[in-house]
Formats: sequence, C-alpha cells, structure tokens
Amino acid sequence: MDLWVGLLIGLAFVVLVLWYLSWTAARLDRLHARVEGARYALDAQLLRRSTLALELATSGLLDPASGVLVAGAAHEASAAELDERELAESNLSRALRAALAEPEAIAAVAGNPRGAELLGELDAAAKRVQLARRFYNDAVQATKAVRRKRAVRYFRLAGRASVPQSFETDDSPPAGLADRVPGAA
Amino acid sequence: MRVGLVCPYAWDVPGGVQAHVRDLAEELQLQGHAVSVIAPADDDAPLPPYVVPAGRPVPVPYNGSVARLSFGVRSNTRVRRWLRDGEFDVLHVHEPASPSLSLLACWAASGPLVGTFHTSTLRSRAMHAAYPVLYPALEKISARIAVSEDARRTLVEHLGGDAVLIPNGVAVRRFAGASPMRGWPGAGGALGFLGRLNEPRKGFPVLLAAFERLAADRPDLRLLVAGPGDVDEALDDLPARLLPRVTVLGLVSDPDKARMLRSVDVYVAPNTGGESFGIILTEAMAAGTPVLASDLDAFRRVLDDDRAGQLFPVGDAAALAARAGALLDDPGRRASMVEAASRVVRRYDWATVVADVVAVYEMVTEGAAGVREDVRNGSRLGMFARWGR
Repeated sequence: MDLWVGLLIGLAFVVLVLWYLSWTAARLDRLHARVEGARYALDAQLLRRSTLALELATSGLLDPASGVLVAGAAHEASAAELDERELAESNLSRALRAALAEPEAIAAVAGNPRGAELLGELDAAAKRVQLARRFYNDAVQATKAVRRKRAVRYFRLAGRASVPQSFETDDSPPAGLADRVPGAA
Repeated sequence: MRVGLVCPYAWDVPGGVQAHVRDLAEELQLQGHAVSVIAPADDDAPLPPYVVPAGRPVPVPYNGSVARLSFGVRSNTRVRRWLRDGEFDVLHVHEPASPSLSLLACWAASGPLVGTFHTSTLRSRAMHAAYPVLYPALEKISARIAVSEDARRTLVEHLGGDAVLIPNGVAVRRFAGASPMRGWPGAGGALGFLGRLNEPRKGFPVLLAAFERLAADRPDLRLLVAGPGDVDEALDDLPARLLPRVTVLGLVSDPDKARMLRSVDVYVAPNTGGESFGIILTEAMAAGTPVLASDLDAFRRVLDDDRAGQLFPVGDAAALAARAGALLDDPGRRASMVEAASRVVRRYDWATVVADVVAVYEMVTEGAAGVREDVRNGSRLGMFARWGR
C-alpha cells in the first residue's frame, strides 16, 4: 500500500516539474517574441526619425552648416553597424537639438508650409522613438528576469536564443519644438 | 589688400587650423595687408585685435570626435554683418567643408572666394548625404588650396576638380632664435619626441624600445618628451632604471616647443601612420635640429627624400636605435643635415608661404569688384527651400 502511494506521489511530483518546465519554456518563447517585435518597432521609429532629419537638413530651410551637421548625423545613424548604433543615434539627437536650439531657426523652418509639417512629424517621430525604446527595454528586462531563474539556466530552456541587450541612447528631442508645433502634446 | 579670413573652429582651443589662421593673419599684416578674422569665440573672450567673435562655439559630435563649431541663425547673421562691414577684396575660408563659419561664409558671400582644405579625411558618404546644401556653397570657391598632398588627393577624390598645394607655414625665425633649456642637450646626448604619448600611431612605444637599446651603451643619453597624454601609462614598458633619464614636459606652449626642439641633439618622429603632413618636422628643421623620421610618404616629402633629414623603416626600433646611435656619434653628419634642412625649410617659412597665398589672392581678385553679401539667398533663410516656392 505504502509503495503505491509513494510511487503515485513521486509520479505527481515529476509531472508537476515537467509541466512547470514546459510552461516556463513557453513563457520564454513569448517573451523572446515580444522582444523581437519591440526591436522591430524601435528600428522602424529610428529609421523614420533619421529619414525626416535628412529631409529637414537638405530642405534649405536651415543654414548650410546646420544642414551638413544634421545630414551627416542622420546618414551615420541609418548606416551604423549594430554596435555603433546607440552612439550614432545619440549623435543624431545632439545634432538635431543643436540645429533647432535657436527659436529663430525653428521659426524659419516653420514659416514654410512643408517645413511646419516636417517639424510636427519630427516631434512625433522623436516621441515615438522614446516610447519604442522604453517598450523594448521593458521587454528586455522582463526576458532577462526569467532567464536568470535557476530552472531556466540548468535545463537550458532558452535554447539557442541569445540574451537580448537593452538599447541605451540619448533620445531627447529638441526643446523648443513642443511649444512651436501646433497641436503637439 | 583687405583680406577676410574665416576660422571654423573655436579660437581658444589649440589646433592646427586655428594656429594656421593666426599665423597667416599675422604674416599678412606684416606684409602690409589689412586683415580681419572671424572665428567662433565668446563675445567677452580675450582676442587679438584683428579677430571678430562669432558667438560661443557649440560642442557637437562631428567626424568621430566632439568639435566646437558655430552654426545657426545667430552665427549666420554675424557672418553677414562682418562681410558687409569688412568690404574685403578677397575672402579666404578655412576647412569650408566642415559645418561651421567657413561654410556659412561661402553661402553668404559673393565675389573672390579662396578656400583652404586642411584635412586629409573627408567623410564622403556623410557629406554626400548633405549634397544639396553643401555643394552649392562649396562651388562658389574660385580657388582651392590644399596644405598637403594627402589633403589635395582627398579633395580631388571627394569633391572633384583640383587644388593648389601650399603647405602649412612655419615661423622659422621663432624656432631658430629660441634658446635651449638649461642643461640640455647635455654631454651624453639627447633625443626628443613631441606628440600624443598614448596614441599608438604617434609611435612613442617604438622610440622607447629604441631608447632602451641605446641606453645600454650610452650611460648619459637622455630622452626629452613633450605632448599630452597619460605619462605613467606611456612609460609603463620602460625598465625602472631608465626612468630618471626620461624628462616629460607634458603639453607645451609654442615658445616652449621651440626651446624643447633646440634642447635635443636629434629629433625623432617615430610615427607609424596617419600623418598627412608632419608640421613638427618643419619646426624641428627650423630649429636647426637634425631629424630622424619614419619612412612615411608624408615625411619623405617634407624631408625632401632623405636630403634634409634621415629616415628609418616604419616601426623598426632596432633600425631606429642603430641610426640614432650613428647620428649621435657623428656631429659632422648632423651639421650637414641641419644645413640642408635650413635650405629646405625656407620653402615652408611663412614669408614664402604667404607670398604664394597672396599670388592666389591676386589671381582671383583680378578684375573683380570685391566681396559682397550674396543677396540672392539673403537674410531670408529658405530661398533655396525645395518646396513652397
């Protein structure tokens, strides 16, 4: 009698462990998918920002020095290799802030109808980059937390997926934009 | 002639372009021309009387490092006002491809425009991205000057056309007249080095290895070092017993640099690469100090193919030690090198260089009315805007 009860309890325990491992693996899968999706969105927003920046730089609405600065930075950001991406995007943020630091510069751009549109789109793109980056880093954080669990490490539940890295960059938008652009939040 | 010079980099930061503009301005004035320089500088910064400040420079990442540049509406307004007030016969901009005052001046001016290109690296893909605003401004330059063969080649490759080669000048008088530091070079001989200590391409480790070899046979040989960098890190590989024989001056002012060059028996330039000119070589030659340099193309050109100095295989510490030793033992050879060098360096003396520059000025101003503000793309930004016309 005791042998059977012991065996049944042992079996139940094994089943429980197997269920937990399989549930955790599925959870990890979902997290990795979430990270991938967030990364894709972040890349898209960064690309949108650098495209808009390039359009502004070559529009002729800024002085040529600011234009060259922003165009160069936008180009470097869109062409950067993975490990230089964070720095290149930070440089673009700095270049944009520097080019749009003076109220007179913003006024000059906003005076042109397409220019005003562009400022609005840039403002929106900058804000979306900040959001996308936050969502991505959240996803990375959550994934790393689960991957740190002992069970995940011992049983290699993460499979061959590499550890996701957070994306750290300076993404503060130009200051005067929000006041200038009508309807910007 | 009334000459307007434009410096794109912060005036109070030590740099090759700034020093060039300053020396050019002073030599032009010595030769009787009226000169005004506009440069990024704070309104209340202490400046020489011929410099007009264009406003506080802004630090921005550019070309791989942080540069202090002036751009934007206020700088543009200052440049235009300076142009209007200056009534120059010729406008001479420096490094016009960099996003600063020189580019703004090209955009704002019409008339005789001369541009000097200093750098041998132009980020062509990034510049290409800025093509619509960059090229129309650069095209207004009537005559292009490059300070070295490498700069000229870069210019031709990336912007097309050609450029006149007029090298960086050196104030020979100032270097030849400096007095050596007390106690130097000393009876045991001295070698000199000036450059960034921790940058591998400057070649300091090569010199240290050679010094170690030489020091074995020469108990009184010393090494005089100047330049920025972490001294402890730089001297890490040197055996402790040799440390007292190395004197490190750190960053030196121009007058001290001249004295330092006069304080050694042989100046060594062990650079392993990345040099487009080698102005320190011309300074050493001007100081009357024999030069022993790496066999880099740029150095070979400046030393006139081994005639005004000696070359050694790049990075070869053993060869460097051997040749340095031979030079230290042969004062006659050193004297003849110095004599040949003093003739070669005359080509680089500011007086000669400025004569060539003035010749370029005269060519572009012939028959021209003078430099005026370009009112087609006047103070109303956006004349060249692609939409809304």
